Amino acid sequence: MSDPTAAGRIPAASIPAAAPAAAAPREQPAWSAAAQAQVKELLARYPTREAALIPVLHIAQREWGGWLPDAAIAAVASALELPAAKVYGVVTFYDLLHQHQVGRHRIRICTNLPCMLRGSDEIMETVRQELAVGENEVTPDGRCSFVHFECLGSCDTAPMMMVDDTYRENLTPELVRRILRELD
Amino acid sequence: MAPAFEPVLTRNAGNPGALTIDGYRKSGGYEGLAKALAMEPDAVIDEVKRSGLRGRGGAGFAAGVKWSFIPKGKDKPKYLVCNADESEPGTFKDRLLMEKDPHQLIEGCAICCWAVQASTTYIYIRGEYTHANAIMEQAIKEAYQAGILGDSVLGSGFKLDVYMHQGAGAYICGEETGMIESLEGKRGQPRVKPPFPAVVGAFGAPTVINNVETLANVPHILVRGADWFKSIGTDERNTGPKLYAISGHVERPGTYETAIGIPFSELLDLAGGMYRGGKLKAYIPGGASAAILTADQAHLALDFDTMTKAGSMLGSAAVMVMDDTTCMVRSVARLAKFFNHESCGQCTPCREGTNWMELLLTRIEHGEGRPGDPQLLRSVCKNMNGTALCALAEAAVGPVDSLIKRFPEEVEQHIRDRACPFPHRRYFENGAS
Ligand SMILES: Cc1cc2nc3c(=O)[nH]c(=O)nc-3n(C[C@H](O)[C@H](O)[C@H](O)COP(=O)(O)O)c2cc1C
Ligand code: SF4
Ligand code: FES
Repeated sequence: MSDPTAAGRIPAASIPAAAPAAAAPREQPAWSAAAQAQVKELLARYPTREAALIPVLHIAQREWGGWLPDAAIAAVASALELPAAKVYGVVTFYDLLHQHQVGRHRIRICTNLPCMLRGSDEIMETVRQELAVGENEVTPDGRCSFVHFECLGSCDTAPMMMVDDTYRENLTPELVRRILRELD
Repeated sequence: MAPAFEPVLTRNAGNPGALTIDGYRKSGGYEGLAKALAMEPDAVIDEVKRSGLRGRGGAGFAAGVKWSFIPKGKDKPKYLVCNADESEPGTFKDRLLMEKDPHQLIEGCAICCWAVQASTTYIYIRGEYTHANAIMEQAIKEAYQAGILGDSVLGSGFKLDVYMHQGAGAYICGEETGMIESLEGKRGQPRVKPPFPAVVGAFGAPTVINNVETLANVPHILVRGADWFKSIGTDERNTGPKLYAISGHVERPGTYETAIGIPFSELLDLAGGMYRGGKLKAYIPGGASAAILTADQAHLALDFDTMTKAGSMLGSAAVMVMDDTTCMVRSVARLAKFFNHESCGQCTPCREGTNWMELLLTRIEHGEGRPGDPQLLRSVCKNMNGTALCALAEAAVGPVDSLIKRFPEEVEQHIRDRACPFPHRRYFENGAS
């Protein structure tokens, strides 16, 4: 489903040839001081640096506006002393880590069976019409992107969707339209 | 039949005060931990064994027995990984336990760690549960401040760290060895077993992996005793309180706590009966991985052994209810799509099989099924059983195999009529146009 455009490809330059990423002097990563402190705190939790990879990718994704451009991956690789290729390998495995531009607001519509049994088709259709773009596309103003998603663990409030980190539950098409219009 | 049931695991669900340590202590909290610390670790394991507590994450393995597999001795670190990945479709009970009573889970983790002499717990929580994660982080922080975690748990000299670890959206990381890989910072691809995690788990060390609900039971077993625990439930193999997450075509979907083994029909009554007065057609008792049961099996007890005997499983006790407007082909096609998306791709039978399942079921649903398709689906199921590394492959077979066995006529009708016989139901009046 993901679209193999140039944006997601690994430019040769960002993969360290033989030396580990940390050895080569590279561009100063755009981590905020707060993020750097979080990374440091995380590293203390695990017996290996590698174990902090997924939590650190979450931090990087927040720092880089919701997705992981090559610069973010390079920064993570450097912070954890891992080859960038290894970081790419992990990023491509997980649905919450994005290699492509996403909207300022990310909408995940649950369409698994319990939500389907309470009308998630109509919710999906409403979002599609309201945003007037396709799945995985970003609205022209950069505001929103949406995807269908697997069960989000809130089937008792079906149909539901996630708007950024917030669960929006017991949806109706009207409520969906209101929620989407109120996003900044 | 059963005497009135007093909630155990959800007793604090309506008590926001329990989010704080003081509030939790007022409800009897951390007494189980104090009691455990005064016992020999092996005695704690024995008590949990005697209670009959079986894992609430899906496989129903006896918790105390699992703990007893952890090697003794202090030459290696040991870990507890709490499985809070909760990604089995239909399941939402662990989120409730974490959001409403975080200290209950911390206490359960601490008791388990004392019993197996582990000094670190990672609570692996699915990445989407940011709210539950924040509540857990706050509770953990308070527990450190109160001397419940850290260098000397309740002044006993026993050292314990508990950390939250957020996943990033992959169902397969709920499988225990996929979870360990993911915790170590890798793609969540399950490992070959043996060695089992109890011997070689996280970071090469002995590791216990237990579900949130399993661990939440533990403080109560310590406080009230194994005999009390065993007095709840259907029989000595199905004991204790149980959370049922019921969803789909019911009036009041939600999490209900009862003694383990409530008949489906009674759970349906608790949930307010069928949605808009519909007629029951089928239910799935244990998450997307469980075989579908039909309306004439509504009297069955929702416990481990009854469900297995009926050819399904209790699994995560996520009960999904379907009324007679539901197309079973379409429902199972949706589950097949899920398994196809979530297969990690290491094993050919699973990677290819889940793909074929989605493809065949989708074309049958769209009126493009061919006469040989049911037979082909049967053979895909057969080739996936016992040929793959982890239980995801067999999980994918569960709903598909039961569709073919229990609803053969409905499948045939799709193929014969070259169309789905069920009108596409609309749930909202002012929906999308
Ligand atoms: C594909 C797959 C997904 C699983 N997902 C979960 C899950 O989300 N939560 C969970 O507790 N167990 C899950 N399990 C079961 C775990 O592998 C493991 O058996 C369980 O966490 C053990 O804990 P318990 O004995 O306390 O139930 C899954 C298993 C498989 C094969
Ligand atoms: S059975 Fe499927 S999910 Fe499990 S390891 Fe094999 S390919 Fe991966
Ligand atoms: S199916 Fe939508 S939240 Fe579970």
